[in-house]
Amino acid sequence: MTTLFGFPTQALFGQLLLGLINGSFYALLSLGLAIIFGLLNIINFAHGALYMAGAFVAWILLNHLGLGYWWSLLLAPVAVALFGVLIERTLLSRLYKLDHLYGLLLTFGLALIIQGMFRLQFGVSGLPYAVPAELAGGTRLPFMYLPTYRGWVVVASLAVCLTTWLLIEKTKLGAYLRAATENPALVQTFGVNVPLLLTVTYAFGVGLAALAGVLAAPIYTVSPMMGADIIIVVFAVVVIGGMGSIMGSIVTGFGLGLVEGLTKVFYPQGSTTVIFVIMAIVLLTKPAGLFGRSS
Amino acid sequence: MGDPAASVSPAGTAAPLLAVDRLEGWYGESHVLHGMAFDVREGEVVTLLGRNGAGKTTTLKAIVGMLEKRRGSVVFEGVETIGLPSRKIARRGLGYVPEERGVFASLNVYENLMLPPVVRPGGMSLEAIYQLFPNLKERSTSQGTKLSGGEQQMLAIARILRTGAKLILLDEPTEGLAPVIVQQIGETIRRLKADGYTIVLVEQNFRFAQTVADRHVVIELGRVVDEIPNEALEANLEKLHAYLGV
Repeated sequence: MTTLFGFPTQALFGQLLLGLINGSFYALLSLGLAIIFGLLNIINFAHGALYMAGAFVAWILLNHLGLGYWWSLLLAPVAVALFGVLIERTLLSRLYKLDHLYGLLLTFGLALIIQGMFRLQFGVSGLPYAVPAELAGGTRLPFMYLPTYRGWVVVASLAVCLTTWLLIEKTKLGAYLRAATENPALVQTFGVNVPLLLTVTYAFGVGLAALAGVLAAPIYTVSPMMGADIIIVVFAVVVIGGMGSIMGSIVTGFGLGLVEGLTKVFYPQGSTTVIFVIMAIVLLTKPAGLFGRSS
Repeated sequence: MGDPAASVSPAGTAAPLLAVDRLEGWYGESHVLHGMAFDVREGEVVTLLGRNGAGKTTTLKAIVGMLEKRRGSVVFEGVETIGLPSRKIARRGLGYVPEERGVFASLNVYENLMLPPVVRPGGMSLEAIYQLFPNLKERSTSQGTKLSGGEQQMLAIARILRTGAKLILLDEPTEGLAPVIVQQIGETIRRLKADGYTIVLVEQNFRFAQTVADRHVVIELGRVVDEIPNEALEANLEKLHAYLGV
């Protein structure tokens, strides 16, 4: 058996791939959180619940309407984004002038309600969602076995993250978003409809969470608690990357997924805590986060 | 709502382009404007003079709709705007250049320049703007806030000129700038006046105001206490010194 640093390469690369997949979800979720926090000043605790909702919409579309994975990839984010519009218009828009804490409490409450509703309806045991036929199987690489679906998740997540980054950094709409993140009142005096921009941004952010949920459905079981499990880690990722930093959340998401994977190889006992240890170190040395603007 | 063009009468007999009346404004609990009233005719450059804290900046903010709590009347081109949100006021053709300039750090110079949407036809073309402010072209890919103070002021003015706004509210454009830059800004304002823009200028420095304005509105404690035509400024120096406490 080939080894690297005294560890079997098969295990090493296997864990790296798992880390990269977790990183794909961290990146998609923290990206949405970063965009929402940047513009709306809301720490969206409902993010995990909406990720879970995305996975459930996919499951419901398949089992009740016969619409498969590819349709879900399109429809679930749209459905959750529309729900996001409802949340933003009716609830969040009343909180913008208040302290962060109110947004956090409100969205935390929403998360509990959404999770509770899915628990009542679907129980806690989790539901299976099959890998789509087109992405079944895998490839035997010289150093490891790569399941096609997992490769797809990494590629899809990277593509969505980079497209989002381009959208924000290189387009006119993105310029509005960046400017309104800095000074919404002034952007409004230019004639830009900032309230609409806030709604669209929240919808887009939670749409990304739902997309992550659909991508996750065939890998993890679809369960009401799947969002609550991942969101704590994602918040640590956001803190490490720097609240509100777009590229920071993408790089940190993938990076910390890999770190977690590597820890599983070299020091398995530490794999569930390593991200929080890094968070503590970052908070002590660079409180604004690795990519955060210190102002 | 009538056709906005119809309410603009020929010069001389013209209804004012901007009519501020009984304007009250608050910052939170503190009542800052106490019945401001003044008119601005089309093509005029009017300065608001007054001591620190007299309410000059607040008046501009109340006109553009940035002040949360405001009351009274602000009629722009015959249309009452006091109840409109700031984005709708801007869309009627009113451009605002804030005191802190409001250049965005996360946008480069070009993006800053192109940010405000065009609200009316007839705004300056990009070429014309670059001719007026060549530095902005040279530095178009720099981060907005990496520009010098003077260049940032140029950028803040330039981006409004693109939008086709007819009335421009300028809040202390010369504050903290070197004399040569102040001169350049003075030239720009005179050039804009010649091009038919109407400008309301907030100034502390009446010596600068004198070089560009048609009329001076003197503000004290949130009220208009005097109006002095520019020709009469020298004759009223003593009075003005008393108002401004200089």
